This record gives sequence, structure tokens and C-alpha cells, in this order.
Amino acid sequence: MKKYHVKPRGARFFLVVLIAVVAMIAAACSSSSDTTTTQETGGEGSTTTAAGSMPDLSGQSVEVAAVWSGNEQANFQKVLDQFASDTGASVTFTSTGDDIATVLGTSIEGGSPPTVAILPQPGLLNELASKGSLTDIGPIAGDLVDQNYAPVWRDLGSVDGTLYGVWFKAANKSTVWYNTQLFDDAGATVPATWDDFLTQAKKISDSGITPVSVGGADGWTLTDWFENVYLRTAGPDMYDQLTTNDIQWTDQSVKDALSKLADVFGDPALLSGGVDTALQNGFVPSVTRVFGDSPEAAIVYEGDFVAGVISDETNSVVGTDALFFAFPSIDGSEPSVVGGGDVAVLLDDTPAGQALIQYLATPEAAEIWASNGGFVSPNKAVDPAVYPDDITRQIATELAGATVFRFDMSDLQPPEFGGTPGQGSWAGLQDFLAHPTEIDRITQEMADAANKAFGG
Amino acid sequence: MPEDLASPGPQGSQRAPDATQVVSEARPGGEPERPAELEQITGRRFGGREIAIGLIFLLPALIVLGAIVVYPIFFTVWRSFYDRLGDTFIGLDNYREMFTRPSTLISIKNMVIWVVVAPFVATVLGLMFAVLTERIALGTAFKTIIFLPMAVSFLASGVIFRLAFEASPERGLANAMLTTVASVWQHPGPYRDSRPSDTANFENLDPGFQTMSTFGSGDVVKVAMVALPTDRVPHQAALARIPSTEAGAITGVVWLDFSKGGAGQPGVIDPNEVGLPDMAVRAIDRSGSAVSSAKTMPDGTFTLAGIPPGEQVKIELAPQSFKPKWQGIIWLGTRPVTPIGPAIVTISIIIAFLWIWAGFAMMLIAAGLSSMPEEVQEAARVDGATEWQVFRRVTVPLLWPVLMVVLVTLVINVLKIFDLILIIPPGSSQADANVIALELWRVSFGGGRDQGLGSALGVFLFLLVVPVIFFNIRRFRSDEG
Repeated sequence: MKKYHVKPRGARFFLVVLIAVVAMIAAACSSSSDTTTTQETGGEGSTTTAAGSMPDLSGQSVEVAAVWSGNEQANFQKVLDQFASDTGASVTFTSTGDDIATVLGTSIEGGSPPTVAILPQPGLLNELASKGSLTDIGPIAGDLVDQNYAPVWRDLGSVDGTLYGVWFKAANKSTVWYNTQLFDDAGATVPATWDDFLTQAKKISDSGITPVSVGGADGWTLTDWFENVYLRTAGPDMYDQLTTNDIQWTDQSVKDALSKLADVFGDPALLSGGVDTALQNGFVPSVTRVFGDSPEAAIVYEGDFVAGVISDETNSVVGTDALFFAFPSIDGSEPSVVGGGDVAVLLDDTPAGQALIQYLATPEAAEIWASNGGFVSPNKAVDPAVYPDDITRQIATELAGATVFRFDMSDLQPPEFGGTPGQGSWAGLQDFLAHPTEIDRITQEMADAANKAFGG
Repeated sequence: MPEDLASPGPQGSQRAPDATQVVSEARPGGEPERPAELEQITGRRFGGREIAIGLIFLLPALIVLGAIVVYPIFFTVWRSFYDRLGDTFIGLDNYREMFTRPSTLISIKNMVIWVVVAPFVATVLGLMFAVLTERIALGTAFKTIIFLPMAVSFLASGVIFRLAFEASPERGLANAMLTTVASVWQHPGPYRDSRPSDTANFENLDPGFQTMSTFGSGDVVKVAMVALPTDRVPHQAALARIPSTEAGAITGVVWLDFSKGGAGQPGVIDPNEVGLPDMAVRAIDRSGSAVSSAKTMPDGTFTLAGIPPGEQVKIELAPQSFKPKWQGIIWLGTRPVTPIGPAIVTISIIIAFLWIWAGFAMMLIAAGLSSMPEEVQEAARVDGATEWQVFRRVTVPLLWPVLMVVLVTLVINVLKIFDLILIIPPGSSQADANVIALELWRVSFGGGRDQGLGSALGVFLFLLVVPVIFFNIRRFRSDEG
């Protein structure tokens, strides 16, 4: 049979198709997700530098990735813009969407990680550091951290003694929000202790409003409740051990904390709408239930971000209609704050990346966002006066004034235990909300799930 | 889509010429360009040259299919034998773990419910709509409306049903309708949600309350009530007062022991505190029967007359005053609909699925109906068959091939259902609504980050789909042959 000239053509064809396929795959990888939005800041041509210490980085570029989008992205962009105009570097911000772990994992595997990433979970910092994906942020940034932050923040940004991250943003998750009108109607006062909290809640219940709104459809609201109670009943050391599963969930301290929590969850006179409503309502409906036009509850516990939900979703005004008190002390516990934070880490060791990390450790960077609201900095050098309102200032003060600060436990646990709907602690605490008397069974199930998740 | 692989492809050229081949009824206007027929028309066999050219034209498609279908399948199988990080070979451990996880078992159970219920009901609904819309004047308009949900993205449909199934009747459409209908004969008690402040001394009859202690003739009973929302205090309520004692009767007062701003004292009738009128109060003797009953006055006072001297009775606040308002069904809850499941949330999601897919079934069946010869049905009618008999014995058997296409397509769709189950249930019931595709995603990406186990689930799901696709190919072939 005659050999055709088809074959070379075929080979060329194959090549073309192969290139096309590779190009398609490459394109799919680089754009990673539909929700990704990119904003670029051109820093070239700027000559005025506010901070004299900033290096000249004209022509260099920094790529920053964070989960922030919308308003948060816009505010963080202002911080980046300032950095860009101070140094002349060009800064690109990419919003990764919620699943930053996957997005970063993919881009690290693909060999093109962003220069700097802002991680919303301390657990992710440990994971990336132990995988060797992070670089030491260097002595200059380290000095800035020592100078501007309480010691705990250096520990929290370090893995095995190496400092990998700068905590740029923090959250206070020990804030209990209440409807001032309903408090006044019932004659309730702001409680400082758990017993007083129950007394005041009962008073509101007597007035005809079942007080405590729980957004139990979202498991994380329940882990936050539990963490605040546990930090107060068991103390920070036990809290750390439970976080790492060094004590079992069947431990008596866990059972004691759950019994405390059952004071609220197990009392139909206090739990607004009963168990069914609590389990069906997510976080946002649990807030609108308290601050909506016809409120059905008076108290909702969650972090400082409740303020944003109140402003966005209801007609109530934060600061007048809606105030908060610190999560009450239990049996004389010290002022304790459970919180969260966003840590800036360096994935690609470039001078511009180092400079940005250093900049993020300065009060100047934090103050840009702080003055725009929706932001609390763990940086103690930040002037409280820059916060735009009393509520934010109060949140920041509680955070700074706490004797005990611990990260949200569930953020530090393997996500299949601490961060997945229908699994681990989320499912366990939802089960507890539905059956507040079955503590032994539930703690046993949670212990089993935790042991498995921790690979024990 | 794997089902696209079912088209005959080049191997058709090897078929022996079949002179008696008839194009099936179910595929009107079958294309004569198929190789076997082409061979008949042109009257010659294809040589190596044609096959080579054919291959060249197929090559791009084969490469793309290879890269995005075949390679991922084999990679997934390979990956399922490795651990979470993908660098340790662990044999069948992922499979062992998969079948011992409670969430997988829930997924399989739900999957069975889905496969058994959803495609069948959607096909039946589609058949009903198709047959009925053929008969009515605005059939096309009706069909368009039924078909419209197919034009909405499944994600948006999920959001719509999430809202429609909200538990609160103020927000959820389904419960708003149910409670509105129920309110025609349901009369909730005016004092629902309220309770005596002194709960320890009352037995909760749920609904209703009864005193623990007993009273005799001449006693005055004070019942302090709390937790009544202020907007539900009856407008005829007057300031409460303590009634005087009466011989041969028990007198008392039921009042709302709450002053705005918490000004009043508990257990004391403070100024401004009002009585609760029209509450049924009964005196219950030791045997449990009512010896006397009364209704409270606007100022909350009541007189239980005819109490024999020496008789000790308990005071009951009658249930009808406290009957709770029915709040509808917890559509997205975890209560099982039968003792062995599934959870009600699964049924609710199936309803959403039907809303979307019944229109698809209807369209295909309607197309089959319109291509069906009228004469057969007419003949049956002339022979005296009733409409039901015509439908049952003529229409359905003739439609059978189309019904099978619809059913099989829906089964494949149901096996890989994901979006609705991700979106509709709240976090507290998602685990109870779980299916394999969602479990796969949750394990691999949505928190679990164990792509080894996820791959094992993927292989399992693939094995579940294979028989259906195989069946589909077989049916396709037999249609053609």
C-alpha cells in the first residue's frame, strides 16, 4: 500500500490539537474559578512617598490573594494602593472566593503561587508552612511584629519558631448582640456573668419575647457558642488541648461546658422559636430575627461581623438600636476573647513581597482600612481614634483588653471535623441543639469523629 | 457526556449489508448517511485510504475525548488507591473506609429513594401533562409554562425552593399556603406561648396548665401569667384586681404579671397590669373530672361556683386557650417520613427536581405523541374502547420507547444529582439529604480535602452509572437494528 502524505499532515494536526488542548487546560488552571476577580493597581509614575522608610520598588510586581471580595476587597485595595504609591511597585489583587485552600493548593502545585496570600484560617498557615510552601518573612518584619503586637500574635504567626505571618486583621467572636428596645421594654440590663445572663434572658422571656436567637442551621455559629463557653469553664490550657485533640471530647470538661450551654439551648423559654427554628435558621436569619422590623428575639450571639449584617439586612441602627456586651464570664473566668484573624504570608520570596509584608505590620497600613470601618486590627500601635464608631472601638478595646485570647477552635481543627456541614463538631453541636440532654452520646460521637479526623 | 459515546462510530462500516433494514419508527427520518447505508448506496466497500482519512477527521475528537474523558477516568481509578495526599499507596483502604462511613450509607439510601421515586414520578407527570395538553385549547401555552423551569439554571431553581420551603410561614411559600388553608378550621388559643410565671407549681398539660396544689371552697387563687407578646393582649382586657372570697366557690384572678420596663414586682398585681379575659378555667377533682368551670372576666377574675365544702380541687387553665398555632411542615428538616427514612428534606428536594424535570419529560413524550398515527387510536375508539382503555392499551404501549428514553435519561440525571442538594437544605439537614455526588465533592473539596477517598466515591458513582449507560446503548442498538 502506498504511503500517503496524510501522515505528516496528521502529525501536524495532532500537534495543533495537542497545543490547543494544553492551552485550554492552562487557561482553565490560571483562571482557577469563576468567582475570581482581579484588580490591578498601577504604581508606576508615582513619586510622592508618605512613609520615608519605604523602598523604591518601581517595575516590580506583587500578586496578593485573599478571600475578600466586595466591600472588604475595596477597603483592602486602598491599603494596597497606598503601598503601590509609596513604593512604585505594581500590585495585583486576586479574590480567591471562599475556598482559598484549594485555590492556593492548585496554584502552588502549578508552580505559580501569588507572592503574598492573606489566610483566613490559622490552621492553613500551619499546613502550608509544614508543607514548605511559605518563606520566613524575615527579621525586619519580625521586629515590626514584636514592636507593634502583643507576644501572642508572634506565637500565632510562627510554626516551630519561624515567623511566617503577620496578623493584619482580627475578629472578636465574643460579642453578644442585643436589641436595646426589647431590653428596655423588659427592664433587662447588660449582664456580666453567665448567671446574670440567664436571669436577664428570663426577664425578657417574661415580657413576651423568647430572647435567644440561634442560627443553628450553620454549624459554625454553634461551635462559636461552645468555644466561648468552653474557654470560660475549662480555661485556655484545656482549650488548647481540646483544639489539638490532646484531650478527648468525652472529657468531663466538655460535658460541663455543654451542660452550661444547655441552660440556654435546652430551655424552651429562652431559645427563640424552639429547636426547629434554631436548626432551620442560618446565621443571617438569626440576626434579622433580633433586629428586623418585627423582632421575634432579643439576643443573638456571634462575632463582631454581626454589626455588618444588622446594617445590611435590617433597618436597625448599630450603636443605638443594636449594641453588644462581652460574652459573660462564667464562674469568675477572666476576660476572654475567642477570635479569628487574617494572616499575611509570603509564598514567593521577592523584595517587593517582603516589603508588602513589612508594610502590613505597620499601624499605618491598618489605619487606612480601620478608618473605613468593618475592620479591627490586632496591631496595638493602631490609634483607637481612627475607628469610625464607638462599636468598632469597643470591639477593638475588648480584643486588646482581653487577658485570654484564643483562636476559633474549629478553624484550627482539620476541616472535616471543624469546618464541614453535616460532619464533626458542626454536626455534633447541631445534634446537641436538638437533644440537649443527650450529652454522653453526643460527646462520644464527637470524640469518635475527632479521633478519626486527627488520624488517631 | 458518556452517553454520546453510544453513537455507532466507524465500526458500523464492518456490518454486513442488510437489505431488509428498516428505519425504526421511533427515529423518524433516520439519516441515510450512516456508513452501512452509504455502502449500499455507493455499492462499494471502503478501502484503507478512506479509513485513514476517517481516522484523521476523528483524531481531534479522539484526542479531546481522551484528554478530558478517558484519562480522567483512569486517573481517578489510580488515585483512589492512594491516600489523602496522593503519595502513599493504600490499596483498597479508601473503599473500605467509604463503605463504613455513615454518610456514605445515608447517601446510598437516599440515592435508592431518588432513583426509585424521582424518574418514575417525573415520567408519569410528563405523560399526564403531555396527554392532557393535547386535548385542551391552550395546550401550547400550558406546555411552555410547564417547560419553563428547564430554562432556569438549577442553581437558581435551588435558591427558589430553598426560599419556598423556609420553615417560617412568614417567609416560606409552601408553609404560607399550608397555614393559610389550615387557618380556616384551625383556631389557635389567644394565650399561646404564655405560661404561669411560677412554672414550678404548675403542671404543663401542653397545651394548658394545671396547679400542683389543691384549693377548696372560699379560697382565692392568683395565677400570674408571663411571656405573652404585648401585641396579643386582648383589647378588652381591664386592670386586674383580686376578687373577694365567696362561700361555696373558688374565686381567683388570671393576670399578665408584667409591666413595661420590668417595673412591676413578680407575683404582685402592680398598677397597669391587666387581667386576661375569656380564659377557660376549670376545677378538677381527685378523679380527674371537672366539677366546675368558668371563664375569666375582662379584669381576669373568675368564680368557680358549686364547689362542695371539704372538696379539694386543682385549677386547670384549659388547653383551648393555649392551643399553639400550627406552623406548617419543617420541609427541610431531618425528621424521617417513614420509620426507616428518608428524611423529609429528601422528599422536598425531589419535589423541586420534579418541578424542573417534569417539563422535560412532557416535551419528549408530547413529541412522541404527535408522531403517533391517529388512526390506531381512532380504530380502538370505533371498536368501542373507553378513553382509559385507549390510553392504557394503545397510547402507552406505542409510547413505550419514548417513555424508556425519558426514564433512562432521568435515571442518569438523578444518579449524578448534586446542585439541588448542595443548595436547598440548610446546613443542619444537608447531611440527611446527602447523595453520592455531593458526598464526593464534600470529601474531595468541600472541607474534607481527601481526594483519595473522593476518587473512590467517584469510581463507585461511575460503576453505578455504567449499567444504565450500557442499557441505554443496548436499547439504542436494538432501535437501530
